[in-house]
Amino acid sequence: MKHRLIEFLVGLIFGIGLLLSGMSNPSKVLGFLDIFGLWDPSLLLVMGGAVFVGLFAFHVAKSRTKNLLGGPLQIPSSKQIDYPLIIGAIFFGIGWGLAGFCPGPAIISFAQGQEKAMAFVFSMIAGMIVFEIFNRRLQK
Amino acid sequence: MIIDFQNFTPFESLLGGILLGISSAIFILVNGRILGISGILGGLLRLRKGDITWRIMFLLGMTSAPFVFRFLFPISWIVEPKIEANYLTIMIAGILVGFGTRYGSGCTSGHGVCGLSRLSLRSMVSTITFMLFGFISVYVVRHLFQGYS
Repeated sequence: MKHRLIEFLVGLIFGIGLLLSGMSNPSKVLGFLDIFGLWDPSLLLVMGGAVFVGLFAFHVAKSRTKNLLGGPLQIPSSKQIDYPLIIGAIFFGIGWGLAGFCPGPAIISFAQGQEKAMAFVFSMIAGMIVFEIFNRRLQK
Repeated sequence: MIIDFQNFTPFESLLGGILLGISSAIFILVNGRILGISGILGGLLRLRKGDITWRIMFLLGMTSAPFVFRFLFPISWIVEPKIEANYLTIMIAGILVGFGTRYGSGCTSGHGVCGLSRLSLRSMVSTITFMLFGFISVYVVRHLFQGYS
């Protein structure tokens, strides 16, 4: 029960952070990505604020073996810079620039009832399903 | 480079960013998980037993944010998303983001916020790559093709 409540609250705080920062608005994100036009540096402050807090949290997390509820601490262990990492990021970057949406803000705009955001989220889930099929084939 | 001071929101963006950091901090320390939206949503599609409820609870919390926001902040602070792209562009972009974030193991939250916070080289490479291609993509749309037709 405690887990469930925390998961909900963390999602809620994250969503409020996206709304407050302005990042749930694709037109603002595109303003940051448009470095050759009128450039809105807001996203840098969002990342700066988030990473500033995150640095402390992950510094503490790295010195622990269990989470505060007694379960495992799942920190990714892969260190390899491989093709999937790079090609995935290239695909993601192109899509991000085309629509101004990354996954979090798309879900928030969806919740705000934006029809285009719904179209984006359904296409994004379709892309994720394509990945699952592709990934299963690769592992065979 | 010309800075768009009219749309620049240093105060709200920094405060919002700190909230993103706080939620990521709680998630790793209390629940022991990386807060990455593409991973949380994408993992749901695998329908593994015992690995579903936490994802749904997180997503429910996130989708409640627009409603809760209204009670916490002045009405004028609510930003309605402005989506410039047309439906075809939106759908192509969605597929690219969905596939790309899963193939590349993360997005702006998992690699961008959590990855940089834990000083992961993989996440730094990913973040630099998707930002670079985001810049290129916007340059092509806005300056080579002069917007969506």
